[in-house]
Amino acid sequence: MSDTLLKVRDLKIGATVYPPGEKPHDIEIVHGVSFDLERGKVLGLIGESGAGKSTIGLASMAYGRGGVKITGGEVWVNGRDILKTSLGDIRNLRGGEVTYVSQSAAASFNPAKKIMDQVVEAAVEHKKFSRKEAEARARELFAKLGLPDPDNIGERYPHQVSGGQLQRCMTALALCPEPDLVVFDEPTTALDVTTQIDVLMAIKEAIADTGVAALYITHDLAVVAQVSDDIMVLRMGNTVEYGTTDQIINNPQEDYTKALVSVRSIEHEEKQPTPEAVLTVDGITARYKGLNFDVLHNVNVELHPGQTLAIVGESGSGKSTLARVITGLLPPRDGEITFAGRKLSPDLKGRSREDLRELQMIYQMADVAMNPRQTVGTIIGRPLEFYFNMRGAEKRKRIVELLDEIELGEKFIDRYPAELSGGQKQRVCIARSLAAKPKMIICDEVTSALDPLVADGILKLLLDLQKIEDVAYLFITHDLATVRAISDSIAVMYQGRLARYGSKSEVLTPPFDDYTDLLLSSVPEMHLGWLEEVVAHRKMESAGN
Amino acid sequence: MHPILKLVAQRLALSALLLLAASVLIFAGTMILPGDVAQSILGQSATPESLANLREELGLNEPAVTRYFNWLFGALQGDLGTALTNGRDIAESLGERLGNTLFLAFWAAIISVPLAILLGLIAVRYKDRWPDKLISAVTLTSISIPEFLIGYLLMFFLAVQLGWFPSIAMINDDMGFFEKLRSIALPVIVLTLVVLAHMMRMTRAAILNVMQSAYVETAELKGLSTFMVIYRHAFPNAIAPIVNVVMLNLAYLVVGVVVVEVVFVYPGMGQYLVDHVSKRDVPVVQACGLIFAAVYIGLNMIADIVAILANPRLRHPK
Repeated sequence: MSDTLLKVRDLKIGATVYPPGEKPHDIEIVHGVSFDLERGKVLGLIGESGAGKSTIGLASMAYGRGGVKITGGEVWVNGRDILKTSLGDIRNLRGGEVTYVSQSAAASFNPAKKIMDQVVEAAVEHKKFSRKEAEARARELFAKLGLPDPDNIGERYPHQVSGGQLQRCMTALALCPEPDLVVFDEPTTALDVTTQIDVLMAIKEAIADTGVAALYITHDLAVVAQVSDDIMVLRMGNTVEYGTTDQIINNPQEDYTKALVSVRSIEHEEKQPTPEAVLTVDGITARYKGLNFDVLHNVNVELHPGQTLAIVGESGSGKSTLARVITGLLPPRDGEITFAGRKLSPDLKGRSREDLRELQMIYQMADVAMNPRQTVGTIIGRPLEFYFNMRGAEKRKRIVELLDEIELGEKFIDRYPAELSGGQKQRVCIARSLAAKPKMIICDEVTSALDPLVADGILKLLLDLQKIEDVAYLFITHDLATVRAISDSIAVMYQGRLARYGSKSEVLTPPFDDYTDLLLSSVPEMHLGWLEEVVAHRKMESAGN
Repeated sequence: MHPILKLVAQRLALSALLLLAASVLIFAGTMILPGDVAQSILGQSATPESLANLREELGLNEPAVTRYFNWLFGALQGDLGTALTNGRDIAESLGERLGNTLFLAFWAAIISVPLAILLGLIAVRYKDRWPDKLISAVTLTSISIPEFLIGYLLMFFLAVQLGWFPSIAMINDDMGFFEKLRSIALPVIVLTLVVLAHMMRMTRAAILNVMQSAYVETAELKGLSTFMVIYRHAFPNAIAPIVNVVMLNLAYLVVGVVVVEVVFVYPGMGQYLVDHVSKRDVPVVQACGLIFAAVYIGLNMIADIVAILANPRLRHPK
């Protein structure tokens, strides 16, 4: 047998779509992709959402998610074409020869069963090991993947361990039956950066130790550069570029690959603070009802007119809670908020319409922040009616102006949210908040759900609008690249406290406190060997472990 | 205290409160019924004096609140009073009737619950293919036909034409076990047909809902057979809604059995209730109402508690 484990030739994948108001019809989503993977090697599949990378990964297990069907081509695993083999043979392949690690381990573990039962299930089912041997192997893998208390963690239920730990358990689940190939589908995307690094390292070492081959699927080129031997860049179901990791990162040939390698090209000159602050958060301490501890401890920050304050931190650091306090959704236990020179009522009910108008918000999920049954014109027009009592032609003129500002144009006015792409939806949400002519907008992870190139466009737009409208942004994010790109001042939050706060240059200039150092060093960088360097130099463990 | 114990204790307390409220409603409801018990007992022979005497004897002259509490405390001690019409102890005659009704409900449940869940699982396994459609068509048809009609149809074909079962479901203590089973076969079949569809459809819907989840995909990608995926990974997460609908139907088997009992002249609670409603025997009606309410509330409470116990997050807190 040759050393080629997985051979894909001219793979075509289709799906049936059900567009609203049209007859269901078949479309092709992967248009003839070919690649080879040798034993023990790692191939990175990279692309934006809709590139077909997960679909291709699952095709190597002869699996189509939802209504997805493999319509043509060949997929050879261990010397046979699995698209032509029997159903029984496919079952042996799945969970035996090829295993899968999904993006969200939290959703992929059965909540009603112990972790151990799920980790050994495939190995026992395919008679690779006895139950006892499989459990011993699982405990070995738990230890290898750096899980705490590897002998007993399997006795826990999925909700009893953290997200980072569960992602490692999922890796153990995939490695337990000694497969020949593991498909990693965005295994670290849902994790905080500081946790991502540990999981990434654990996965990389486990791949090296077990000699398993892997397909590593991600949208983050910097991440895939750390683990793979070869990289294939995909776009809309086509191969854009396919080569060694070194060639793709250091010498990309195609324009699209070059754009991916060089994203975050935004330059933003830091502005000097003005004497008057638009928002002053003074000694805020807050807790949620039913909890017996504070989630925010004595937080003090200021935001100046026309500037951007970035609040950065991991999940659970309290950054979104701070936004809830500022908007009045969660009255604080202690402290005050001054906005535009006046003290804000701690409770939303006590705020005037003027308070509401001047303090707007944009959310992470543009999808769910809009009524799917209203047109773009209605959505943007609503604040115009509510705050300025605009009607008819006057309102329409203003809506068109706003649509021009967000670079969409008048033709979008009668469209429904379902007819927009993710980036366009977020633009409409921006226009809706601008329609109120606010002094300040809270942007809560507004680019987290978007592909890098699209997110870049949104950030550029926000910066341009800031110049025109002189609006201040309170920018909540976990992404340090975004912070670097747009902020004037930065507040780093850690476990409900300010870990570091000041102007962008102050915060990003050493010497750092331990946490900021950890956070900054954890952002994947686009050069080979970065992962090993950074792990060797860490001073502090992430809280997510 | 373990959070589960707290939640279960809460459910128990709530159920007790609900039962108390139901008892008030039952008592108040029978109070506002038109007519007068003393009048209906004495009938034509009533004279003003005999009416007054009988009222005094029955305690009908006391205020309603006093009578309610007397009734309630009696009921708590197992004393449901005496039937006005024949002077027999209600608890005693009710006990026998309730036993018969539970006997019937028990066998209907033993057959219908596993059958409904099994059919639900098969329907999921062959979703949108002919077995699924056939199961849905048959069960939905049977739930759509009024139960008295099914009863008479079965009686006509299985009892009269084929002579397999007796057409009237009489049972008494002298009968042997299998003789009793043969006797109640027809009402059991009718009840099963009536409750099957609801439970089957709910099982199907609950499991299909779970089948969309990522952990079912994980199980499929482990190479498990479809039936193993459903049985090991989907079913345990669909238990709560299934138990809920099963309990609702079990309650129906006890409480809603009136029509079937009358059709088959079965000596159960339903017959007993219908007989005494027509005679305006208020204490019996109250006692039956109270027992039905207790069964209904009790079974729904069990469903709630099972749903709590089935939730791994509550069973194994962090």
